[in-house]
Amino acid sequence: MRTVSGPTGQEAGGRRVAVTGIGVLACCGIGRDAFWDGLCGSPPEGERRVPGFDPTAWFGPKEARRVDRFAQFAVAAAAMAIEQAGGRDSLDADPQRAGVILGTGVGGLETLEEQVLLCRDKGAKRVSPFLVPMMMPNAGAAAVSMRYGLQGPCEAVTTACAAGTHAIGNGARLIASGRCDVVLAGGSEAAMTETAVAGFGNMTALSPTGVSRPFDVKRDGFVLSEGGAVLVLEELGSARSRGATVLAEVLGAASTADAHHLTAPAPAGAGAAACMELALADAAMGPADIVQINAHGTSTPLNDAAEAEAILKVFGSPGPPVTSTKGVTGHALGAAGALEAAAVVLSIQRSLIPPTFGVTTPDPAAGLDLVLGAARPWQPGPVISNSFGFGGHNGCLVLAPPGD
Amino acid sequence: MDNEAAFDKFKTCTVEVLQVEPEKVTLDARFGDDLDADSLDLVELVMALEEAFNITVDESELEGVETVEQAFKLVSSKA
Repeated sequence: MRTVSGPTGQEAGGRRVAVTGIGVLACCGIGRDAFWDGLCGSPPEGERRVPGFDPTAWFGPKEARRVDRFAQFAVAAAAMAIEQAGGRDSLDADPQRAGVILGTGVGGLETLEEQVLLCRDKGAKRVSPFLVPMMMPNAGAAAVSMRYGLQGPCEAVTTACAAGTHAIGNGARLIASGRCDVVLAGGSEAAMTETAVAGFGNMTALSPTGVSRPFDVKRDGFVLSEGGAVLVLEELGSARSRGATVLAEVLGAASTADAHHLTAPAPAGAGAAACMELALADAAMGPADIVQINAHGTSTPLNDAAEAEAILKVFGSPGPPVTSTKGVTGHALGAAGALEAAAVVLSIQRSLIPPTFGVTTPDPAAGLDLVLGAARPWQPGPVISNSFGFGGHNGCLVLAPPGD
Repeated sequence: MDNEAAFDKFKTCTVEVLQVEPEKVTLDARFGDDLDADSLDLVELVMALEEAFNITVDESELEGVETVEQAFKLVSSKA
């Protein structure tokens, strides 16, 4: 990863970025093992909420009432990630060189909706003094920094469905550039409110059949879900010298905008293709080096067509194996990119590519080597993970097994 | 409402909002030191008490209120 991102960015490679822990909560399970089993199993029935989430496992009873569900997911994911990395005390970085960068699409929407109704029904004097600190999109990052005493950059990325990917890219850049030695990066979302469902539904983004089937001929929209994932990122050398297990490396990241349309991708996926190329350049790699693509693959007609076209343009046909874990996870908006980065790290660990569930007839127009049916064995290597958000935001990460 | 019933109601609100053990809500308990309540917690508690006792408490009346006894006297004088 370069110290500066961009087509005319500094060519000099930055410091190497290790992933030493991951924490994840998704509709297919809480924790790495449940999540992975879920990715390789069947999609959950019904609404895709995080099953059996009990905030009191991570919060005292008063604190649990003061923190919106999306921020609870952020803290829970961070706690699991730090535990895998060896615990807070093992991250012996200078607190001012330890940061938190978390993405979310909308922040504390459930709290906001509840308080809007309360304000209408009972008057402005009854609006909670906790409304603002609960709804703000940076509440998750703030809660994580306070819990662990991380005093470096602590920021929220809000680029709709690209937020989780951008957050990890930005967090990795803080390490590559030398600003931080440790960054907790990822994203969380809990926006499955009636209003949000109606909004997405009325813009015809949601699947009316409630089936997530990325790159299928019958795909008809995404399935809304929720969740959170956090990665512990560390400078590779210091991670190794403290004896941490390095799970993966972040080799590159890129962020671009279509500058085309609020919700529709640029024709032929031009913005997505440019972003993938930029991420490859950041990783000092060519298309032939990539051996797995974790697609954005939302199951909407437009996204999947544009993304497939972009993949073919960058990688040729059939190109590397492609999977969209959204067949199982649904679309967790600002958490999606983080959940998918976690899926990639687990895919590297377990030498299996999780399949794209929900697909019965792959869209022949897509022309992709889609991983279908069962998880596919692979020789772990560099992976590109894509996320694209309403507003024309594109984000790509290049993750790989740890190098020498 | 007699004093005891009023205090029970006061206690219920305090336990609910501050999530503390009921036995900690004694007359001499201090909100900050004993009940771990910060300024936002107290705003929420006052709102709950206003609702429960159907009263209005002006912000200026809360000046110097630090103990459960002070708060309870203020509330019960209005109820």
